[in-house]
Amino acid sequence: MSAEAHTSTEYIKHHLQNLTFGQLPDGSWGVAHSPEQAKAMGFWAINLDTMGFSILLGALFLFLFYRAAKSATSSAPSGFMNFVEVMVEFVDNSVKGSFTARNPMVAPLALTIFIWIFLMNLMDLVPIDWLPGIASWLGVPYLKVVPTTDPNATFGMSIAVFLLVLYYSFKMKGVGGFVGELTLQPFGKWGLPANLFLEGVNLIAKPVSLALRLFGNMYAGEMIFILIALLFAQGAVLALTGGVLQWVWAVFHILVITLQAFIFMTLTIVYLDMAHQEHH
Amino acid sequence: MNINLTLIGQSITFAIFVWFCMKFIWPPIVNALEARRKQIADGLAAADRGKHELELAAKRASESLHEAKMKAVEIISQAERRANEIVDAAKNDAKAEGERQLAAAQAEIEQEAFRAREQLRAQVAALVVAGAEKVLRREVDAKAHADLLTTIQNEL
Repeated sequence: MSAEAHTSTEYIKHHLQNLTFGQLPDGSWGVAHSPEQAKAMGFWAINLDTMGFSILLGALFLFLFYRAAKSATSSAPSGFMNFVEVMVEFVDNSVKGSFTARNPMVAPLALTIFIWIFLMNLMDLVPIDWLPGIASWLGVPYLKVVPTTDPNATFGMSIAVFLLVLYYSFKMKGVGGFVGELTLQPFGKWGLPANLFLEGVNLIAKPVSLALRLFGNMYAGEMIFILIALLFAQGAVLALTGGVLQWVWAVFHILVITLQAFIFMTLTIVYLDMAHQEHH
Repeated sequence: MNINLTLIGQSITFAIFVWFCMKFIWPPIVNALEARRKQIADGLAAADRGKHELELAAKRASESLHEAKMKAVEIISQAERRANEIVDAAKNDAKAEGERQLAAAQAEIEQEAFRAREQLRAQVAALVVAGAEKVLRREVDAKAHADLLTTIQNEL
């Protein structure tokens, strides 16, 4: 925590602000130094922390798995290779279980989603003041270390998944088939507006729910860590309580982050499977 | 918590990660797993085959053992039969030889007896003649009765 006497609100707000790069009010480009500045930047700004940590973690995942993949042989695996194979088989089984069509892209997609989201969620378990503390010591005003608590990251992924769903819907069912699916059911052709509304909501709900579920869970988890961290400044007894609570919540959170990564992966597979189905 | 360019940046990053994973990570690992699965399956099949062959060999071994036993029994019984035959033949030979020798001895004995009888007869005849001579010397002319005497001597 910074040396200045932050109020609790300021502390919380500080933790919920991304490090945003964009056009400052005075017209120059730079990093926003207050939530208001960040807001004023509008759409043409970028969250450096979200991008940085997500790319770093994704690159870590790709690097480790690529190294394992290069040394993959049919002989007995050892060490990290075992872990990689377990992950790959786990994802492969999930895909085989819920994806009925044939598409060589789905399984690698699912693996990337699962590991990447897991790693990004895992950042939540790093004590929340460590990295922002180091950052502010280095002169960086804000740092949000968990990319999945930034809706940009979760929506970024879910929109990419949504585009794939649309692409394969058109490719597999044809334009007519897909449009027909959207307009001719469940009420037949005389209920066309109702059909379009229902199916449209159904379609749009997929990426929205996918992104919001992950974001909501991680945001709430992060918020609880922040609230627990507030206890540390409230005297010895509360600080001790806070320590215990943080530990308990972290243990519970291990389950949450894995589960959320798994849910995102499974739903992606299911949505893509639905996109590949001719009719249902 | 503003929606901004990060959204698009994240989508692009995500797409690149997925592409990289699909291109360079997934195929080698899955291929290696598949190859290992096949290797293990082959190994298990080979083991099964080996076991099966072992069973067959054991069966063949016991069969040939059984055959050998049968043959041995046959050979032994054949040998026994042959031995019996030999013994029988020897017995028959011995019997025949004994009979032959017995017959030869009997023939000899008969011959001896015959010879002895002839001798005895000649002696008896000579004794009779001598006795008769003695008797007749007094009353018979040897010359006159020579024919008669010779006849008697021949009859004896």
